[in-house]
Amino acid sequence: MSAGSPASAFFALLRRDLLVLWRRRADSLNPVLFALMVAMLFPLAMGPESAKLARIAGGAAWVTVLLASLLSLDLLFRPDAEDGTLEQLIASRQPLALLAAAKILAHWLGTGLPLVLTGPFVALLLGMDRSALPVLAAALALGTPLLSALGASCAALTVGMRRSGILLALLVLPLVVPVLIFGAGAVEAALTGGAARPALLFLGAGLMLALPLAPLVCAAALRLNAS
Amino acid sequence: MNALTLWFHKMGSPPTFYRIATRLQPWLFATALAAAAVALYLGLVRAPADYLQGESARILYIHVPCAWMSLFVYAFMAFNGAIGIIWRIKLCEQMAVASAPIGAAFTFVTLVTGSLWGRPTWGTYWVWDARLTSELVLLFLYFGVIGLERAIEDRRKAARAASLLAIIGVVNLPIIHFSVKWWNTLHQGESIKLMGKSTIDASMLWPILIMALATKLYFGAALLARTRVAVLEQESGKEWVRALVLGTNRS
Repeated sequence: MSAGSPASAFFALLRRDLLVLWRRRADSLNPVLFALMVAMLFPLAMGPESAKLARIAGGAAWVTVLLASLLSLDLLFRPDAEDGTLEQLIASRQPLALLAAAKILAHWLGTGLPLVLTGPFVALLLGMDRSALPVLAAALALGTPLLSALGASCAALTVGMRRSGILLALLVLPLVVPVLIFGAGAVEAALTGGAARPALLFLGAGLMLALPLAPLVCAAALRLNAS
Repeated sequence: MNALTLWFHKMGSPPTFYRIATRLQPWLFATALAAAAVALYLGLVRAPADYLQGESARILYIHVPCAWMSLFVYAFMAFNGAIGIIWRIKLCEQMAVASAPIGAAFTFVTLVTGSLWGRPTWGTYWVWDARLTSELVLLFLYFGVIGLERAIEDRRKAARAASLLAIIGVVNLPIIHFSVKWWNTLHQGESIKLMGKSTIDASMLWPILIMALATKLYFGAALLARTRVAVLEQESGKEWVRALVLGTNRS
């Protein structure tokens, strides 16, 4: 049997992951539902005054997206680890980092992209000023792949455990602090008339840094857990 | 093989490390204690009270060295983790894992002394200042490393996973620090300066430097103590451990 090129392996794995995603499409709705429910908690906790809610809407949207994407991370490698697919991927002759990149991309398409659409909706629900909406969407579009990349590295580290739950959150949250700061900072700047561009550029720079590095870290972590 | 490589290989061997660490550890603890005593005497008794902050500034003689150590230990941990992962030296992985709780303790002491100092100086135990916030994030990074190491059953795998996480953290740490600083200047114009432009007087500088030395020595001692236990555990099936344990039992 011939091994095929790395690119064909990448797209084969991506196709397979997207197919699995489509067959279990209810699963990818869960983070969105979760985000909406967390959004509902803010008015309940802080009172219904629209001025107060509008003030925190951008940051609240970011926090909801962050928590929702955290929730889905455990599903990134665990099902594959449980049914043995992961071992096959590690044993295959293709570069594992590239395969990890395919998995991260599929994960982002399944949960990140829906959250990019949910985030602005949550912000509107809480009464954020519409002028900042494009900035929020842009920040989410740059930030959610970053969340997926950073989260995937930590998910790969915990894949050997029976249950990772709260530990995964403990690993991921300190690492994604910059994403939250720049993401929410861009929105804040847009709302107060400042320049949102620097924060967005920082997010983009972070993404450029994480895109090549995160798959390598994932590969190292997966190998380590499989050995 | 040149002398340095030879030394490196020798130190990497568990029995040699154990022997040398056992001999070194009491000395390190003793000198750390002595240096801390000298620094405390100079800082608490001899140094004048700060003319602005009064007596409460004396907390800084403990706070500042601990803050330095909190970062130093993290770098040390990641460095050892990298060596352990790249060259597969077990001892370095164990040292990386062993330094995590010590670093977390230094970070915790930094936070506690900082907030105790902040009460009389700023009028509040906690402000969301850039330095405080990044120190808090650092504490969580330490907790992550410790938590990951505890959660994996296989000791070897646990040490390697924790090392890898430490490396991710050390890449991210400057970014976190920078972003937190950026966030702070964005939200509030004025920021509290911990140390103004005023050059620090020698009577206040020496206690800090000696205490920094003491914390370094203490770190070395605690690291050796923790690593020795880890080495014994890892090598528990080996002949030299058997001989060692039986020997101490007989005496």
